[in-house]
Amino acid sequence: MKQSIIDVTYVAQLARLKLTADETARFQSQLNQVLAYVEELRKLNVDGIEPTAHAAPQTNVFRSDHEQSSLPVEQALHNAPRKQNDLFMVPKVVE
Amino acid sequence: MSLHTWSLFQAAEAIRRKEVSSTDLVKALLARMEKVEPRVQAFLHINAENALEQARLCDAGSAKGLLHGVPVALKDILNVKGQPCTCASKILKGYIAPYDATTVVRLREAGAVLLGRTNMDEFAMGSSTENSAYQKTHNPWDLERIPGGSSGGSAAAVAADECLAALGTDTGGSIRQPAALCGCVGLKPTYGRVSRFGLVAFASSLDQIGPLTKNVRDAALLLGVLAGKDPLDSTTLPDAVPDYMNTLEQGVKGLRLGLPREYFVDGMDPEVEKLIRAAAGELQKQGAEIVKISLPHTPHAVAAYYVIATAEASANLARFDGVRYGYRANDPVDLLDMYGRTRAEGFGAEVKRRIVLGTYVLSSGYHDACYLRAQKVRTLIRHDFEQAFQKCDAILTPTSPTPAFKIGEKTEDPLQMYLADIFTIAVNLAGICGISVPCGFVKNVGKLPVGLQILGPSLGEETILRIARAYEQATPWHKEKPGLL
Repeated sequence: MKQSIIDVTYVAQLARLKLTADETARFQSQLNQVLAYVEELRKLNVDGIEPTAHAAPQTNVFRSDHEQSSLPVEQALHNAPRKQNDLFMVPKVVE
Repeated sequence: MSLHTWSLFQAAEAIRRKEVSSTDLVKALLARMEKVEPRVQAFLHINAENALEQARLCDAGSAKGLLHGVPVALKDILNVKGQPCTCASKILKGYIAPYDATTVVRLREAGAVLLGRTNMDEFAMGSSTENSAYQKTHNPWDLERIPGGSSGGSAAAVAADECLAALGTDTGGSIRQPAALCGCVGLKPTYGRVSRFGLVAFASSLDQIGPLTKNVRDAALLLGVLAGKDPLDSTTLPDAVPDYMNTLEQGVKGLRLGLPREYFVDGMDPEVEKLIRAAAGELQKQGAEIVKISLPHTPHAVAAYYVIATAEASANLARFDGVRYGYRANDPVDLLDMYGRTRAEGFGAEVKRRIVLGTYVLSSGYHDACYLRAQKVRTLIRHDFEQAFQKCDAILTPTSPTPAFKIGEKTEDPLQMYLADIFTIAVNLAGICGISVPCGFVKNVGKLPVGLQILGPSLGEETILRIARAYEQATPWHKEKPGLL
């Protein structure tokens, strides 16, 4: 087995996931295996091939520009873990 | 009368003729659940009182639509106003949906009774329903085996006669594979045929909602109710929805059916292969022409899929941050700590694994080599199908290389689990439609159902339903029931 393809500790931090040491080690070996399998894609010649982001892209889909009602504040906040004064509450972001 | 064994169509007709009431049907299904649910565990949430109330209103009122009074179960990933929607995840424990998904609105408009919410792999990520944070669902044909996934609860509930039909979602085979493994019918519509509004997103360019049913006619009936343009989902196709019931009985005479050589590979269960070839023989006998075709990029589909699907998932699941809904970690010291612990404590292992993989393939330095390359391979796979459909009207393949495996057999080996989707995944990448119908049983490890997959081109639902119906009418498989009492 060649050297590690992925640095799980670094990527998990990008993804905002605080993994345990055990999880990190397990994912490291499992995802290396998956990525080694994914590497086979490199064998294909894709020169000049356009990427497909969507199988059936619909472009410029507009609705008529009419005012519509939206979710009432009370309902939008209903599932919030913490709320106050009709707002979502989070830990302090700026000093 | 054993009402729970009825088909959707049969129940809708009987209610229309006032031979049974919606209340009778709901009660029969609730009684059935009481009997088998402790062993099958297909449902996460059964709202008996609410279902009985909906049934009572149906019985008291005039007929609303094609499904008047008929109970249908939903995968726990579709929003129903005022009901929980957990996606089988801890992170959405206690969440109450503030609105209805469009598919739910359409079911309601057709008069359907919403029966309950079925188990699934967390956020639809998995092939065995073992990734549910809440419970394991058992295959009604062998309780020690998985029902398939990710719509395993829906498939098991239909197979165990706990509901007449259910909705599932299919991102890489999550309707067709569990349908095959549980011996029912599962249809993945063309991308854009059914609105995804109110469906919790996994991979937005691949996800589609579709029916799991006891027979092909029920799938046609339900698709007709669900399909169509939706102003709330800009990816829905504007094309008119045909009357699928109308063309259902047209038979297969003169149709060309392709057998792709890449779908009959080493490592496939020989009994499965025998059954698929026998099914092709049956359709040939009915006047279809069998043609040999090739889909040369098939061996690369799983790799391309796991890059694209995880990339999209990592972006979609970024919304679960503990701010607006769902779980939040206790006493965070700051915002980053709140995000990091909320997500680490709220998501299960497979979801975290896929978020890490998806984040990696999108990260600086790897985006072009991984993600962009996978999207180009996706183009090659799409072209494969476009070329194949010049030579044939539909394609026949196995739905799954093997029948249902044992619970726990693949949980520690993600790559092996991913390879369980090898025959269903290319369809999502190409955005085309596919249906799985029962085509017999393997007997070497006990009696386990096998599915025949019929693939059609974009918006080819009429054709694949017609073929599936012709096959079903000529074979006894869909009438067989699991030994559960």
